[in-house]
Amino acid sequence: MTAHDPSKPSWITLRAQRPPFSYRIDRRVPLVALAIIAFTLVVLVLSISFGEYDISPLEVVRTILNVNQDHPDYANYALVVHTFRLPRIVLAFLVGAALATSGAIMQGVTRNPLADPFLLGVSAGAGLTAVAVIVWFKTLPVSVLPWAAFGGAIIASILIYVLAWKQGSSTPIRLILIGVALQAGIAAITTVMLLFGDIQAVQQAYVWLTGSVYGRNWEHVQALGGWLLIFMPVALLSARSLNVLGLGDETAKGLGMRVEPQRILLLLISAALAAGAVAVSGTIGFVGLVAPHVTRRLVGPSHEGLLPVSALFGGALVVLSDLIGRWVISPSELPVGIVTAMIGAPYFLFLLVRSRHG
Amino acid sequence: MSQLTARNLSLAYENNIIIENLSVDIPDGKITALVGPNGCGKSTLLRGLSRLLKAQSGGAVLDGQDIWKLPTKALAKRLGILPQGPVAPEGLTVHELVAQGRYPHQSWFQQWSREDERITREALEITGVLEFADRPVDTLSGGQRQRAWIAMTLAQDSEYILLDEPTTFLDMAYQIEVLDLLHDLNLERGKIIVMVLHDLNHACRYADHLVAMCGGRIVAQGDPMQVVTEEMVQEVFGMECRIMPDPVTGTPMVVPLGRSAKLARQLDLVNECHVRVLASA
Repeated sequence: MTAHDPSKPSWITLRAQRPPFSYRIDRRVPLVALAIIAFTLVVLVLSISFGEYDISPLEVVRTILNVNQDHPDYANYALVVHTFRLPRIVLAFLVGAALATSGAIMQGVTRNPLADPFLLGVSAGAGLTAVAVIVWFKTLPVSVLPWAAFGGAIIASILIYVLAWKQGSSTPIRLILIGVALQAGIAAITTVMLLFGDIQAVQQAYVWLTGSVYGRNWEHVQALGGWLLIFMPVALLSARSLNVLGLGDETAKGLGMRVEPQRILLLLISAALAAGAVAVSGTIGFVGLVAPHVTRRLVGPSHEGLLPVSALFGGALVVLSDLIGRWVISPSELPVGIVTAMIGAPYFLFLLVRSRHG
Repeated sequence: MSQLTARNLSLAYENNIIIENLSVDIPDGKITALVGPNGCGKSTLLRGLSRLLKAQSGGAVLDGQDIWKLPTKALAKRLGILPQGPVAPEGLTVHELVAQGRYPHQSWFQQWSREDERITREALEITGVLEFADRPVDTLSGGQRQRAWIAMTLAQDSEYILLDEPTTFLDMAYQIEVLDLLHDLNLERGKIIVMVLHDLNHACRYADHLVAMCGGRIVAQGDPMQVVTEEMVQEVFGMECRIMPDPVTGTPMVVPLGRSAKLARQLDLVNECHVRVLASA
């Protein structure tokens, strides 16, 4: 180790004169981000190459780069890669990114490392309204689904907010309990709805609820991509507020923050991100819990770095989970939501046990 | 001239009224200490002066303006408050903590200006935490940690710094270290300091102006040299004591009688001493 200067900031500053802009981000972010991106690309290539119609990884890369038009199987390759496998994997990445960012914001707002849109019932809220649309309003176009999911997610977040923050109390345990209870309640209502619904609609709803990126196409990618283009920048610009909220409500007020409006805004952003993901892929759990938690260890607690790196990590996690799901019982496949649950649930228990000792 | 005052201020938690119809002036340019027994309303008053607690009636006024009518960031640029026992997130470095003091000076797109950088560094230097600026706050000793938090409040660059029991939970050496720092901030940087203190002797030593409270009322206020008397301590704290000049600073030093003194009195030792003190006065 070289002699280090403790007064040197642990961040990199990004500055622009015109328009006036400045932003600081942890020093470790670029390297960690690059590593995750590299990892994701490798998994992406493996994932595209794997399947009933095998394509060698090299040909996958060449097809994506469009440099193998002279290959005898080019037409098949292009079809399989561009139409069937790539959109699904890109969507998996976007879903993971949205859920992880949503979870990171929720953990920041609640100052609770166990918060996550799935555990706190926000995803379930989105799922409930989406199922209601599928089962009851069959005539409505599919494009209504994201908005229905968004509405459900917002209503669920408001419920959590109202129930947990009564009289200024937002203890971690209270929040977790209310979230878990809400999640269970919403799941019960959803089940009742499925029990009495029309069998075909129910089947469609059920497939959707499991949390899967099976059979998704570029339209889904466009829809969620557009959604993220709106909300990710807003989330990144709000990172600073999350940092200040992390110092406690009173300190935040002392620093001139209007704490309650700020908290509501952040919860809305978080709900919007979760809802976007749920709308295209159903409820995929635990990504929002695991990704920010691991990321915090990699780039520290400041949200300017935590949010984007969580997004990348969440994306990578879902892409990998999707590959595992397709591989483990091939030629059949496990929905990605089940794989993330198998990874996430033990991790959640590990965190609970550890926090009891800590 | 800066002027922070409370006018007919009433403060309550839920329906539990703590302070009723209280008025007080915080003198410009000085260190003011709020003292009194537990539950006397001193912390509540500090919260009322800093917008952490909304007034039931009356209000706190900064230079003629009701603090609740000022935009929150505008107030934060003029008045910083350090709550009691703040906790930093796990792994947050001192530098990052102090940088957050710049919050009221920032906007959505201007999140880390060169001025933010300069003032943050200055705050780290002044408080003497620059040498461990890269260490997580949760790995520091109590005194270092408290200095880091004071550095954050300093980075806020406000003329007023309000502190709620800044020395609680600290070892004695750290208590003095923190109070010395606040003293320097007042003397060298012109910060107007208002703090709640538990220890009356510390208040006498470090405050220019003392506000003694009991049962939500102000019992005495002014220069500690004049205000701190045996009667005042009896009235405010309900404790018998003797007052003598602090051998180092000459400020009043409160020596409680307590039971050990009563035992001694049985041996007629204190009485004798007392007679001598009275005679010399």
